[in-house]
Amino acid sequence: MAVTKQEALSSIPTHLSPEALNHWFDQRLDEKLAERDAAKTPSLAIIATKGTLDMAYPPFILASTATALDWDVSIFFTFYGLELLKADLELGLSPLGNPAMPMKMPFGPDWFQNINWKIPNAVQSVVPGFEGFSAGMMKQTLKNKGVASIAELREMTLEGGANLVACQMTVDLFGYSKDDFIPEITDWIGATSYLPQAAKADISLFI
Amino acid sequence: MSAAVAQEIDARGLNCPLPILKIKKALAAVSDGDVVSLLATDPGSVKDVQAFCKQTGNELLSSDESEGAFQFLVRKQ
Repeated sequence: MAVTKQEALSSIPTHLSPEALNHWFDQRLDEKLAERDAAKTPSLAIIATKGTLDMAYPPFILASTATALDWDVSIFFTFYGLELLKADLELGLSPLGNPAMPMKMPFGPDWFQNINWKIPNAVQSVVPGFEGFSAGMMKQTLKNKGVASIAELREMTLEGGANLVACQMTVDLFGYSKDDFIPEITDWIGATSYLPQAAKADISLFI
Repeated sequence: MSAAVAQEIDARGLNCPLPILKIKKALAAVSDGDVVSLLATDPGSVKDVQAFCKQTGNELLSSDESEGAFQFLVRKQ
């Protein structure tokens, strides 16, 4: 509904004292700001830089959830983060030098599964195939606990309408071929193009 | 107020954020005013479904727990 300047001016309660007029104005400003906040779609911008199984979860869990809340979501995948956009996901992880990572066995009775196996770095580093073994154990634990796979979460993030953008420089740096990646990638861009997009986001995360 | 359930989702055994993603998908497929039922065992889902409904403007009709599972009824707005 268009309001003429005359009408707008006449709606100002000029008969009020200066203090009351200030109060009226503050109240009206608060109302207008609240209206604007309510109408705004929140947005989330994530920069994903890690390509291991454990670090693949945070960006996709947050992004898929944000799309479920009807937010605008974009993720910029750079450096090792590009692994998360490969058509064939082969994500590994290394417990070596990662003291926060619990080592759990995904089979047997509960008391056995709950044991946190403390394996010294020196042992981890010399046992052949130890990283592959740990990644396998972690995948099984995730599955047992009903946590989605990265491929599933990525699929749902895409279905939710998130923009997945890839860092062009990393592709050149690591000599990747674009054919190795999923075709749903929205764009291949650089930092100069992504930062202005992220600047408008309500939440920006570097993962 | 009794409401016919248009769609039932069984997210038992699934963990965060799958129950939310599943109810979101179901709500997208039904019409305004329809009710979707969600069964979940993830204890985090109690607060998450509330927050989801608040954010998306859908109405949380009920949130119950029985036999170790949570049931939520959500009306699409």
